[in-house]
Amino acid sequence: MADNSFTRRELLRAAALAGVLLPGGALAACASPGGGSGAPAPAATGATSAANPLGIAETAPFEVVIFDGGFGDAYARQVHEPLFAARHPKAAIKHTATKEIAKTLQPRFAGGNPPEFVNNSGDNAMDFGALAQDGQLQDLGPLLDAPSWDDPAVKVRDTILPSAVELGTYDGAYCVLNYASTVWGIWYSTKLFGDNGWQVPKTWEEFTALCERIQKSGKCAPFTYAGKHPFYIYETILTLAAKIGGVEVLKDIDNLAEGAWKAEPVATAATAFAGLGAKYLLRGTEGLDHIQTQTAHNKYQVAMLPCGSWLENEQKDTTPPDFGYAMFPLPSFTASDALPYGTLHSRPGEEFFVAARSANPRAGMEYMRAMLSKEGAGRFSEMVSTLTVVKGAAEGRTLKPGLRSAAARLKEAGENTTYFRFRQWYKELHDEAAAATGQLMAGRLPVAAWADRIQRKSDEIRNDASVKKYTRR
Amino acid sequence: MADRTRRSLTANRAAFTRARFIIGFLAAPVLLYLIYVISPYAQAFSIAMTDWRGVSAAPGFVGLANFQRLLGDGVFWTAVRHNGLLLVLMPIGTLVIALFFAFLLNAGGSTAASGVFGARFYRVVFFFPQVLAVAIVAVLFQQVFRPDESGMLNAPLIALGLEPVGFLSDPGVALWSILGVLIWQAVGFYVVLFSAGMASIPRELYEAAEIDGAGRGRLFFRVTLPLLWDTVQVGWIYLGIAALDVFAIVWVMTAEHGGPDHATTVMAAEIYRNAFQYFKFGYASAMGVVLFFFTVAFAAVALRLSRRERVEF
Repeated sequence: MADNSFTRRELLRAAALAGVLLPGGALAACASPGGGSGAPAPAATGATSAANPLGIAETAPFEVVIFDGGFGDAYARQVHEPLFAARHPKAAIKHTATKEIAKTLQPRFAGGNPPEFVNNSGDNAMDFGALAQDGQLQDLGPLLDAPSWDDPAVKVRDTILPSAVELGTYDGAYCVLNYASTVWGIWYSTKLFGDNGWQVPKTWEEFTALCERIQKSGKCAPFTYAGKHPFYIYETILTLAAKIGGVEVLKDIDNLAEGAWKAEPVATAATAFAGLGAKYLLRGTEGLDHIQTQTAHNKYQVAMLPCGSWLENEQKDTTPPDFGYAMFPLPSFTASDALPYGTLHSRPGEEFFVAARSANPRAGMEYMRAMLSKEGAGRFSEMVSTLTVVKGAAEGRTLKPGLRSAAARLKEAGENTTYFRFRQWYKELHDEAAAATGQLMAGRLPVAAWADRIQRKSDEIRNDASVKKYTRR
Repeated sequence: MADRTRRSLTANRAAFTRARFIIGFLAAPVLLYLIYVISPYAQAFSIAMTDWRGVSAAPGFVGLANFQRLLGDGVFWTAVRHNGLLLVLMPIGTLVIALFFAFLLNAGGSTAASGVFGARFYRVVFFFPQVLAVAIVAVLFQQVFRPDESGMLNAPLIALGLEPVGFLSDPGVALWSILGVLIWQAVGFYVVLFSAGMASIPRELYEAAEIDGAGRGRLFFRVTLPLLWDTVQVGWIYLGIAALDVFAIVWVMTAEHGGPDHATTVMAAEIYRNAFQYFKFGYASAMGVVLFFFTVAFAAVALRLSRRERVEF
């Protein structure tokens, strides 16, 4: 018998010992936090003037990192960077586009040489909580108080939606620019609805009656959502809950209040959608992703789906030319809803920030000032078919039908917009809500158990001292 | 006397030259191994005791708090259970199927010493999955398992008027679908490995056994398997470690990366989620440390259990 167990045992022992004997010191070079990197080099500054209110160093270079996702990176290359360069021709811009923000940038933040300007977005974005906690986010207060790009008499603060400032505020400091203004609703094809004489429903009764009618017609399925990403459907459930019970419902959820997920309006909304899920979904919905369901929509296999206003841009290659994208707000549940018909889930999204410990943060802020100009925002809207937080920037621009519809619904909604923030604040709560909601829609989880599960997670996070808490008022 | 000294000196010099030769060859790989394999392991141990969130240069030391938290983390233990299930079923499934195919390829023909018709062709076909990148396999099977008329498996069911199966969307089925893909992908390699092993078994043994009246089943269990045992043992350990390391298939293929509702999640997916989505690098490292010990323990147990007399031939 050839016994070689001795060498094996030796190998195992060596492997185990290696873990114990090398406590991160001697060889720690790559993954570990660097330690003792000391204070960052002084940031570049210049004299302030009317043409340069933020006082950037006119000759200092800076780097712009763009997430190459649903919006691509052409808007930065073709709109914002030329706009900036026209006023500050000597400041060289280094453009970087990546599909993996965190993988590209996280080592640079840990290593102390972050880029100045970051479009932190996508599935692999860096966690804002972690960045804020570590002081990596530049306070954008000076930007808000600076004169706007177009009119020196008007401050930047007054050219953007107030909700953008609220949503970009972490720990009392405005430090994240939410640039795109996203509108959620239920999307349909004006052609399909017109051809069949279907009407946009305004009450929940009309809505379920329409679903029934579509189902009976046999022409297509009434409703679907991105089943593999149940966020899309818990988004509608929460919006309906806010409509029924008022914005306090969502504030309680965001503030991790006790029993927030078990509140009556939340249960009512969840029951309503679970009922929809049981009867009117496109076959296989729970196993299809957003692109597959959206493509089914474009092929007239399903009549309605809930989504955000990026839908039109995302589907631009597969949408039939006469499809006629349009959206309607969630129907009123009863006559005694707390918020009126037309209430929308709308919030500024697509986050940009300036790295506080970069070499030239002022240039990053100045770049944002250019983005927030009428031209920068208006051309962005045209290019990627999305509204921005800059007031009135899309007016006079040629917009596609879906965006036109979304803009009109937003105008009709007026002050009646709602949103929730826990998705950005507590990603684990978001994941739990998504997992549970997928099961709710599939009929595998009753409403009470659904609420219990998410509430338990919310309680867990509230009682976890290691998680940084946020509150909204 | 002097002669002996000279001789021992010469021997010493020869030993020294040989040592220098060996060290010269080994130094570079050992150094690389230390820097890129051992050092990250060691760093994981120290990061596991911090609250590092990935961006700070000076994380706080929290001792064993991460491990304590791990004990109460239901999702992590679900992942451990899934890894445990895969650890048992994936090697068994793969080895049984691979042995069966390899036996057919080598001894399934008209005589015990020849394979089935077209054995050389099949050998190449079986190896195909091995050539595909894991991510491609995952995307491919996403289509195969699609829940609507476009799904390769569900289309015939729907055409027959049956309810489609939620291969990836039904929490009771999803993990089995994953197991199927893992086995599908692994089998080819082991067919080739076992074929090579079987090819080295002397033909005379088969012929002799056949003359003595042994059937195919008896041939397999009395001749092939015992002579192939070393190879099977290697395959067992490789597959076990692969089962503990499952990541890409789960991450790419399943809803919510390990869903629906954590039905397919595994340890590596939880490590990735906590590190790169929740930015809890300290906590994720603690999970990594636990996975490390699971792997070492498995290797030790597997080697001990599968040790047996080697048959010489």
